[in-house]
Amino acid sequence: MQQITEDQTVDARDLMCPMPVMAAMKARRRLPPGQVLKILATDRGSLSDIPAWAEANGDEMLDFGEDNGVFVFYVRKSGDE
Amino acid sequence: MLSDTDTAPVDATPASTLGVTEEDVRRIVREEVQRAFAKDPAARKAAIVASKGTLDWAYPPLILANAAAAVGMDVSVFFTFYGLNIIHKDFAKKLKIDPVGNPAMPMPVHIPDIVSSLPGMVPMASAMMRSKFAKRNVATIGELLQSAREAEVRLVACQMTVDVFGYTPDDFVDGVRFAGAAAFMAEARRAHVTMFI
Repeated sequence: MQQITEDQTVDARDLMCPMPVMAAMKARRRLPPGQVLKILATDRGSLSDIPAWAEANGDEMLDFGEDNGVFVFYVRKSGDE
Repeated sequence: MLSDTDTAPVDATPASTLGVTEEDVRRIVREEVQRAFAKDPAARKAAIVASKGTLDWAYPPLILANAAAAVGMDVSVFFTFYGLNIIHKDFAKKLKIDPVGNPAMPMPVHIPDIVSSLPGMVPMASAMMRSKFAKRNVATIGELLQSAREAEVRLVACQMTVDVFGYTPDDFVDGVRFAGAAAFMAEARRAHVTMFI
């Protein structure tokens, strides 16, 4: 994974579907456009849910990685809101 | 009789003579369809009917309503008949699971229906399911309801069944509104996603 600096982090570890995206959604609402959200999750469903959620919002998936069973997503909030 | 060549429009200019390839045309059409879909408000609306009142069937409408809200959809859930259990203030007591006639329910050992129908089996099966879900950190019905409200999901109770079952507005969790089937249909006809659960 490249080095990306996040503006906010959502810790959705141990949450199961659909709660990781709900937690991400809550944080995204408070995030100014253009800023980067880092999302930590352990639910395997989030592997498809977070990218789909980002795409639906028109956001950019900057990076994804896995660290000791924790999935890490970097999403940049789109600027048109 | 006319042949194919006779009926062909005379002014049709082959795309290739315009410097446009078939691939270009396909791409333009695809982009236009996507643009139209993005503008279509129905693509951002979901209308879900929750008609069942058991613990297992309480999950799908609430999970899908939350997920739809998360991807930016405007969501209404219409609770009707036994589905009213899900938004009743006593949902924790009302939502149960019955192992009788439910061969899909995982049990540690096979239990014949004649045993499953004994008193105490419904609370036991309900407790088993709750603990199984809790162990895996699945959100509770209360948490899903709370999350749905925070995500501005509209929780709508079917007025007719509320009356038939003798409920009053005070019997339901906060934020529930009341409407009839026609009001639901008026919303559903403008939603690409409609589900009956």
